[in-house]
Amino acid sequence: MPIVTIDDIKIEVPEGTSILQAARMIGGDIVPPTMCYYSSLKTSGGYCRTCIVKVEQGSAKDPRPIPKPVASCRTTVMDGMVVRNITSPENLEARAGVVEFLLLNHPLDCPVCDQAGECHLQDLSYENGKSETRYEFPRREFDPIDIGDKIKLHMNRCILCYRCVKVADQITDGRCHGVINRGEAAEISTYIEQAIDNDFSGNVIDVCPVGALTDKTFRFKSRVWYTKPLDAHRDCKKCSGKVRLWYQGEEVLRVTARKDEWGEVEKNEAGNADWICNECRFDKKEAKDWTIDGPTKVDRHSVISANHYEGLKMIKADTLRMMGAKPHGIKVELGEGALDPNNK
Amino acid sequence: MGKKLLLKNDHIPYIHKLSVYREHGGYSVLEKTLKTMTPDAVVEEVKKSGLRGRGGAGFPTGLKWSFLAKPEGVARYLVCNADESEPGTFKDRYLMERHPHLLIEGMIAASFALGANTSYIYIRGEYFYVARILEQAVAEAYEAGILGQNILGTGYNLDLHVQIGAGAYICGEETALLESLEGKRGNPRIKPPFPAIEGLYGCPTVVNNVETIMAVVPILELSGDEYAKIGLGKSAGTKLISASGHINNPGVYEIEMGITVEDFIYSQEYCGGIKGGRKLKAVVAGGSSVPILPADLILKTANGEPRLMTYESLGEGGFISGTMMGSGGFIVMDEDTSIVKNLYTFARFYHHESCGQCSPCREGTGWMEKIIGKILDGHGTLQDIDLLWDIQSKIEGKTICPLGEAAAWPVAAAIRHFRSEFEEYVTKPDSIKDIKHYYRLQN
Amino acid sequence: MTTEQIVFKTEILALAHKLMKRYPEGKHKSALIPILHLAQAEFGGWLSPPTMDYVASVLNIAPIEVYETASFYSMFNLKPVGKCLIEVCRTSSCWLCGAEDIIEHIEKTLHISVGETTSDGMFTLKAVECLGSCGTAPMMQVGADYHENLTIEKVDTLLKDFKSENKQSRYC
Repeated sequence: MPIVTIDDIKIEVPEGTSILQAARMIGGDIVPPTMCYYSSLKTSGGYCRTCIVKVEQGSAKDPRPIPKPVASCRTTVMDGMVVRNITSPENLEARAGVVEFLLLNHPLDCPVCDQAGECHLQDLSYENGKSETRYEFPRREFDPIDIGDKIKLHMNRCILCYRCVKVADQITDGRCHGVINRGEAAEISTYIEQAIDNDFSGNVIDVCPVGALTDKTFRFKSRVWYTKPLDAHRDCKKCSGKVRLWYQGEEVLRVTARKDEWGEVEKNEAGNADWICNECRFDKKEAKDWTIDGPTKVDRHSVISANHYEGLKMIKADTLRMMGAKPHGIKVELGEGALDPNNK
Repeated sequence: MGKKLLLKNDHIPYIHKLSVYREHGGYSVLEKTLKTMTPDAVVEEVKKSGLRGRGGAGFPTGLKWSFLAKPEGVARYLVCNADESEPGTFKDRYLMERHPHLLIEGMIAASFALGANTSYIYIRGEYFYVARILEQAVAEAYEAGILGQNILGTGYNLDLHVQIGAGAYICGEETALLESLEGKRGNPRIKPPFPAIEGLYGCPTVVNNVETIMAVVPILELSGDEYAKIGLGKSAGTKLISASGHINNPGVYEIEMGITVEDFIYSQEYCGGIKGGRKLKAVVAGGSSVPILPADLILKTANGEPRLMTYESLGEGGFISGTMMGSGGFIVMDEDTSIVKNLYTFARFYHHESCGQCSPCREGTGWMEKIIGKILDGHGTLQDIDLLWDIQSKIEGKTICPLGEAAAWPVAAAIRHFRSEFEEYVTKPDSIKDIKHYYRLQN
Repeated sequence: MTTEQIVFKTEILALAHKLMKRYPEGKHKSALIPILHLAQAEFGGWLSPPTMDYVASVLNIAPIEVYETASFYSMFNLKPVGKCLIEVCRTSSCWLCGAEDIIEHIEKTLHISVGETTSDGMFTLKAVECLGSCGTAPMMQVGADYHENLTIEKVDTLLKDFKSENKQSRYC
């Protein structure tokens, strides 16, 4: 099995593992951020370029560096590969550039966006971006549209991650939306106005990393940080029935799939994502519909969790010190230059 | 006169017709190849010839062929990249329009070498009339038993189809081309896997430029070793150059690599000098994406050596003082040309042609166009020049496909070599008020 | 144009089916772009949603697959255009040789701006990116035809001829 070194931490991984997956096995702050990659959607990743890393040594056999940064989500590790993510100032600078591009035409309408508080673009810009924009031209604009009676599309906020297209292709029976037009004019659309209508269409909301696809039944009801998540389940003929209920007081404001620490829909024992059906998502909003499993621990990547950003800022202030990395992968060896990961 | 290989019969009327092509020796190389050589021997000759891809990247063709996976029972494909779209480049159009059978002969020989039984020529949609010429030539070849089953009685089978695109520069990128050939949007694929492993319909595929495939015929005619002697060093063979801009004789020229740039620009055999006897200001030597060079650096390297029309000499000095052979799109600009305005047309082009898949290119190309436009409108600042530099550096190398570099390099080179012109535009906006007179319709 | 009218003539449909057979079994979507060219030529020089839906039915693919592809390529007109579509190249070499004068002249002559169609529906003018005619710049493409080495006089003659022959651009 190949051994790869990421930010001075060595890990042995199964053949065919991507750099990103290897980094996720190590865990902690050396994990590159992702906006388009989604482990349970085939062929996802590679588009947004936020997960780029520097490959200092291609492999033990061919130690030459890869001249350009690579998308860690789509690059397979080789034995002896040496990768730098947050220990390369050059890589962090390149990523800051990508973040600036992603935000260039973004409306920055977080105060009125339902995704705020659980938005991956928000997290990304806090962690990797700059506080000011250098873009002085009018931003591109699209009108928000309804795609079906339960889903709102705000194309202005879309970063073209293609996840919703892949959801429609891979877990629903027929796709009627896609990416149309080219270049800067590219947009998610049904082209002629029509509803995305099938039992699993609501999953496009869960995979959307930004506020482009939002749940109309939750629209403007509350801010996510005022709602309390509880994991629950019900017997559902169409899906796993495993959900997360978002309460305000006694009222269920929203139902979503359960998400893991990477913000992806949780996988079952067989390794398949527990997508939920539209009935569970949109129609079961009474506490009596559900059996509560317990409170949800919200992961680190959210402004509603304990303040994570300060710690990260410190790490990046001195990128050569691995103060915050918390490895939990298999057979981890620390390379030279890495501090004891448990020594916070 | 320099050595002519692909254009040696260019003067013959109706050479695009099969009968005329055969009268002048056409398809005899193919016949000999199919009857006397093994596919591996053909690959070997191409390796020996030192032929490098003529589409722009200059990758050794024989090596590219040797990467082709050959799993049992899986089809392999050869696809000819005739999506010529790099601004300043029109040699493939000329070649296909006048010598369609040379392309077909090369396609059959190359397909044979690679073990392909179905091959496609993907031609840009705007070259509609050229596609019709190719289709007629293909039909003639089928009729004559040169395509289809049992070609020339050798037992080798090949179906060749002409596929038309519909207007997208990005389809010149080989994986975007394959996507387009599959009927999809021309979005470049994320590599690996490379086409040699998973290409068209997931099968091993080689994609080669028109000129590259045509060059296979003289290589097999002369032998790889003999072909390698033509040209200079690692720049083996001849190269088709598309010459345009402010020159007396714009057109397509086949040169033996190794002549000087000065000779190419000023001799009557080629460009015939600058129009109206004006002075040379700058040259884009290999299509819009390669770095522009000012007159002194295109004529002589930074060391003062005459610059030659070879991959190595054009690249001498790296991007600090050199450029690239690229696709051979040679755009010449006279002393009155606005480099900033020319750059604007490039930036607008790349913005228009970005596929939109990855964020640096989708967002960055439009941003660069807007800033250059702002400078041309007289509203630019010195900071804008630095900002442009920074944006191009953040696009370069961060994208899925080389369009990012293609968009970034011209911006970087224009600032590197003509910064004073940018500065003049932003500090003295009056100097750009009659921008329209930087070009001229006649003369 | 209603959906009922959007049906290929027998010979065009036969050609479409022939095109679909050029590819391996199950890969007939490869014929989408060539068939869209046929459809654009057949149904008024542009691809309306019903036209694209019809093409989807010919190929037996989802309509969104046709919209995705058609909207990617600059030669497919997703909005109606004039009978005679004039596209003037404006990239580097053409610009160096005076493309902007040609564009301005056509705008003045036809009383329209780039991107517009004349009120009689005869002409649409577009400025386009490099068409591979740099050595014969400036140039324009009218439907599928190239007109090169343009001068103001040559443009005047062409426009006059198009008008008098009521020219319909060929698209394939």
